[in-house]
Amino acid sequence: MPERLYEIQLTVNGQAVRVPKGSIVAAAIAVAGVDTYRHSVSGEGRAPLCGMGICFECRVTINDQAYCLSCQTLCEDGMRVVTT
Amino acid sequence: MKRLTFDVLVVGAGPAGLAAAVSAAHHGISVGLIDDNPAPGGQIWRGGPDYATSAQAKYWFERANASPLTMLSRSRVIAPLESGALLVETSSGACKVRFEKLILAPGARERFLPFPGWTLPGVMGAGGLQALVKGGLPIAGKRVVIAGTGPLLLAVAAYLKSKGAQIRLIAEQTSWAQLGSFAAHLLRYPNYIRQAGNLGWSLLGVPFRASCWITRAHGTDRLEAVTVRQHNTIVTEECDYVACGFGLVPNIELPAALCCKIVDEIVRVDDWQQTDLEGVYCAGEATGIGGLELSLAEGQIAGLAATGQMDAAHNIFPARQRARQFAALLADSFALRPELRTLAEADTVVCRCEDVQYNVVKQHANWRSAKLHTRCGMGPCQGRVCGAATAFLFGWTQDSVRPPITAARIASLIKVSEDSHHQSKEQQHES
Repeated sequence: MPERLYEIQLTVNGQAVRVPKGSIVAAAIAVAGVDTYRHSVSGEGRAPLCGMGICFECRVTINDQAYCLSCQTLCEDGMRVVTT
Repeated sequence: MKRLTFDVLVVGAGPAGLAAAVSAAHHGISVGLIDDNPAPGGQIWRGGPDYATSAQAKYWFERANASPLTMLSRSRVIAPLESGALLVETSSGACKVRFEKLILAPGARERFLPFPGWTLPGVMGAGGLQALVKGGLPIAGKRVVIAGTGPLLLAVAAYLKSKGAQIRLIAEQTSWAQLGSFAAHLLRYPNYIRQAGNLGWSLLGVPFRASCWITRAHGTDRLEAVTVRQHNTIVTEECDYVACGFGLVPNIELPAALCCKIVDEIVRVDDWQQTDLEGVYCAGEATGIGGLELSLAEGQIAGLAATGQMDAAHNIFPARQRARQFAALLADSFALRPELRTLAEADTVVCRCEDVQYNVVKQHANWRSAKLHTRCGMGPCQGRVCGAATAFLFGWTQDSVRPPITAARIASLIKVSEDSHHQSKEQQHES
């Protein structure tokens, strides 16, 4: 799978990150060194739990669209990811 | 709103859905296959054909590729519309999908049990952590504790180890006596013995404890360590991730919204995998947790039966029977111990979407009461996590499922009302 070697560049909270093609946004956020993907209603930091689009704990804002599941979204060049 | 029509529509592109779609696609029958992930394969064959490693996965992806299927990836079913149609949210907007026959293969999710610290970043499902690592999460050099029950723990441990993770401990809640009995029964299934042998070989040197379960996760901003208990021994292990797997829960929301008969949280089907609704079939984990072989057998039977290939479907019955026996063995061997009901403390969050604590939830007599009074289960996951947890903790059952069956965009719902308005105007015009 040579195309996996190609890298994609995106930003997480304004910080540039490079990840292999085929990576999901949840992985790029971890690569950026960010632990908290969202804050809960009582202000606790949260991060992915289920990894498969069920729990909604990994939701972030992608290209200004809120409530995107970072575990089910593939990274694309120039994507702007903001944790909440 | 965009419209699509298929003779057979399959929802879910895991092994059951793939097998169903491939088996149905013949002689000019149009087949649509919907899945919410970017690639087909479900959880076990996550990532699709490019990432397939097993011969079995490659075989089914090749057959799918050679079949005239219409694949709708990144698409979620939001609601049933009128009979024979579903509202689907695709990456390019809402879509009405019509069908003659419907095959549901919604799969399963992991069961999560609340314990102090389980909401810390770094505490994940076992399959969940594996999924993220397959999606590019860096795991090399990370310290991982794996806790819960069942062969999935070993499979996840072996995978993460192969990617460079340091597996600090595998904590299996079932006892050595039950594991021994399971191993003795395994002798009847040569296929599984080979798999178990490979797993054992790749996990040589990894600490494994039976009758051992997680009691607490420690950390401030993220996970730093976990405490496990084995009889009267308490051990605290520093780690970067803990992967918890307390079994699987069938995804029955869509079958429930369609009003398929559901008993004991699984979809009831006849010998042909047909639900009590004419022309609506169900296959895979939603008809009872059974694993890969059972999903493939059920998927094939559903796809063949839905397209009138009854003899070919009948030929798969023995394989399904054998897989069912193995599923029953697994369920017996890895039943959850009652001590796991006592892990949550008064202030442990049970509903993560609405941050409802254990002492608040447990004041209620049933799921409906807890929902109405505390908002437990009312957040974006719609009780998919805390519903399964409270089913185990308190024996609660969830009642009706109302559409939208998953969090949907307002635009998708507006499209439906616009569409029906438009249609009624057309009808008026015609009459």
